[in-house]
Amino acid sequence: MHRLELQDISKRYPAVRANDRVSLRVAPGEIHAVLGENGAGKSTLMKIIYGAVQPDEGRILWEGREVAIASPQEARRLGISMVYQHFSLFEALTAAENVWLGLEKSIPLADVTRRIAEMSRVYGLDVDPQRPVHTLSVGERQRVEIVRALLARPRLLILDEPTSVLTPQAVEPLFATLRQLAAEGCSILYISHKLDEIRTLCHHCTVLRGGRVTGEVDPAAETNASLSRLMIGAEPPQLRHAAATPGAPAIEVRGLGLARADRFGVDLADIAFEVREREILGVAGVSGNGQQELLAALSGEDTRAAPEAIRLFGHPVGRHPPRRRRARGLHFIPEERLGRGAVPALSLAQNTLLTRTEPVARHGWIRVTRAAELAQALIRRFNVKAGGPDAPAESLSGGNLQKFLVGREIDAGPRALVVAQPTWGVDVGAAAQIRGELLALRDAGAAVLVVSEDLDELFEICDRLVVIARGRVSPSLATAAATPEKIGEWMSGMWETPPPDAREVAGA
Amino acid sequence: MPRLETRPAPSRAFAVASPLIALALTVACGIALFALLGKDPARGLSMFFVEPFRGAYGISEIAVKATPLMLIGLGLAVCFRANVWNIGAEGQYILGAIAASGVAMQAGPGTGRWIVVALLLAGVAGGMAWAALVAFLRDRMNANEVLVSLMLVYVAEQLLGWLVYGPWKDPQGYNFPQTITFLDPTKIPRLVAGLRVHAGFVVALLAVAACWLFLFRFRAGFALQVGGLAPAAARYAGFSSRAALWTALLVSGGAAGLAGAFEVAGPLGQLTPYVPAGYGFAAIIVAYVGRLHPVGIAFSALLMSLFYIGGELAQSRLGLPKSLTGVFQGLLLFSLLACDTLIHYRVRWRAALPSRAAPAQAGSRP
Repeated sequence: MHRLELQDISKRYPAVRANDRVSLRVAPGEIHAVLGENGAGKSTLMKIIYGAVQPDEGRILWEGREVAIASPQEARRLGISMVYQHFSLFEALTAAENVWLGLEKSIPLADVTRRIAEMSRVYGLDVDPQRPVHTLSVGERQRVEIVRALLARPRLLILDEPTSVLTPQAVEPLFATLRQLAAEGCSILYISHKLDEIRTLCHHCTVLRGGRVTGEVDPAAETNASLSRLMIGAEPPQLRHAAATPGAPAIEVRGLGLARADRFGVDLADIAFEVREREILGVAGVSGNGQQELLAALSGEDTRAAPEAIRLFGHPVGRHPPRRRRARGLHFIPEERLGRGAVPALSLAQNTLLTRTEPVARHGWIRVTRAAELAQALIRRFNVKAGGPDAPAESLSGGNLQKFLVGREIDAGPRALVVAQPTWGVDVGAAAQIRGELLALRDAGAAVLVVSEDLDELFEICDRLVVIARGRVSPSLATAAATPEKIGEWMSGMWETPPPDAREVAGA
Repeated sequence: MPRLETRPAPSRAFAVASPLIALALTVACGIALFALLGKDPARGLSMFFVEPFRGAYGISEIAVKATPLMLIGLGLAVCFRANVWNIGAEGQYILGAIAASGVAMQAGPGTGRWIVVALLLAGVAGGMAWAALVAFLRDRMNANEVLVSLMLVYVAEQLLGWLVYGPWKDPQGYNFPQTITFLDPTKIPRLVAGLRVHAGFVVALLAVAACWLFLFRFRAGFALQVGGLAPAAARYAGFSSRAALWTALLVSGGAAGLAGAFEVAGPLGQLTPYVPAGYGFAAIIVAYVGRLHPVGIAFSALLMSLFYIGGELAQSRLGLPKSLTGVFQGLLLFSLLACDTLIHYRVRWRAALPSRAAPAQAGSRP
């Protein structure tokens, strides 16, 4: 008997057929991968299983019995837990309170807090239960979600891209946890586009493309290329990382120290690095180690830095607001696309006005047709799937919005670009395209700084790497001389010349 | 059990239909209300929706009352779009009226018509100054602008009272609390001889266009709205939140002050304790019923003005309480907010679906 069986599930939305007669069977204790690009229908399918969306057609069998899962509460009652890719946490509440909301009301909050701490220790998921969610980084929020799901002791656990924010060292313990859960009889639905992970972890793999099942395979017997063909109908384009000689320093950071702006932030201490023209510098590290603070200081959203601490092409800009830095050629692509990189309710054309000045004439007069033309040009050049320049930013999928935002900044012809998590939650094809664009920008002579938690990505495109840990930045290392193991070690704050408080960091 | 379900995309049809349904609901409630009060509902409704349009005088009166509502509502729309909650337009309106009166009282028999421009500018300055207090306290002391602006309304009323009972009282006014009747050169030009509708109505219509241009064609207006919609995006873009705060409050204060100036130098012709007629608060409803859009506000100001006149007619001809006006205005806002839910949600009449749901159901009527 199968733990879960889906028979011919279909779901239509006004504009799109999200699932088209999808069938899937998960055995008890099986780790079952669902592989597909963004927009392939994975998320809709998972929401149907989790009761958040009702199918138009098809049957769901849970342990051999036909069920109608009307709501997530009902799914949880059956023993289904889910870790969403886009988090469903209340910003104003603490991690523990958020977890508490999903549990039976009879359990006291103190118990929940203790169980979170315990769960964090057992599964190596570093979560401080007392911190309000709005102060957590994306990676930390995901860990809260995973802990929340595990606390319900599920018989089917659905994980949506769970490793995207973990260090390489943390992936293996998570896999060990998942294997342990599976050995205990818990079934796992593992959604990912990381082919290596699926091949090492999963027992079975269902591939979706355009809402239909295009393959059911044993991933261990497949190659990355064959999985990729099933997923996108082609092999992913190969990136060409041409050798280049870096030019003059573009972004120079010297002795940058900043006290945290809120009490859950990270203090930056004595940060020094430089990014030269015609090179990509990668900043590796687990989120919540000062990336947000460093990025805000670089972009000009935080202007508290000493003027000399940040130099742009030789000019001290530590106190300059974003627009003056942009005028000097520094553009920035933030990690949060909706709400920071773009205004959700405004159209793509209007969103060009956040960082682009071409559609603005004298006295601030907005040339509306220019803005629309610019948006249309970006849509075409960067292959964005959107309803047109008038489509609201929130109507785009994560990957397409990211292509648009990356396009908006690259098309501005920046001399220096700072980008955070360029391909987080973006599908394989779009990620390859974005990385290709970053490389092209570097080859054209720009300085690029990439902050990412995806080590594969950093190794793929960067010329040099630094690691950020507890508000400090390591010395740089040529990518060719670095190994994931070494970078992973540095991520816990241990590099050759240990900072004064290295002992404390290592013991934490 | 009916329940609400999020629509995949906001419904355009309901965005248009919602104000109309809200108006229909308001009328329905009105009919019930008239019936309960023992009046003929048809006659009651005609006081609100037919009688005001009888003749040029009625139409002129609609325009007279719509003028301050439109001006203040436009300013508030700018404020609310910037996420700045100016609830004290009434106070800014009073200060505009006071400042304009101060200028008007300087006129002598030989004063030129230029004084109209001077008193209007004084009105704008007065409203701006009152709003600037709110901006300053929020900017420097992080004081909540809702409370500060609201409390300044009462301060403004006291200031007005002190002036008309004290230093500005007309010596020949039989001790009534009022200023002198302003001299002719200070009068706002009327549009049609014999009717009270004045140049302020034209200015209000021009303000609709100006407000539209500011919000949708100038970067300053755009930046202000980004700050209201997504503060993090405004910081990212480098739009100053302080500039947005000051701009929003100065624009809405200035607009309210201008409305006050038009009122004292137009239909009233003198400063009295009855200058604050609640336009500053009613304009909040005007702004929302008009969906914070300048053109919508032009229409909603006319509609609200209709309610004022209907209320007066219902009082004088049917002997109904004048507070009916407020009831109607409140009902309209209330039903509009309720109907707006249907833009983002649809009603489903069945709680749980069977596992084999009919595919046609999504399109079926509730």
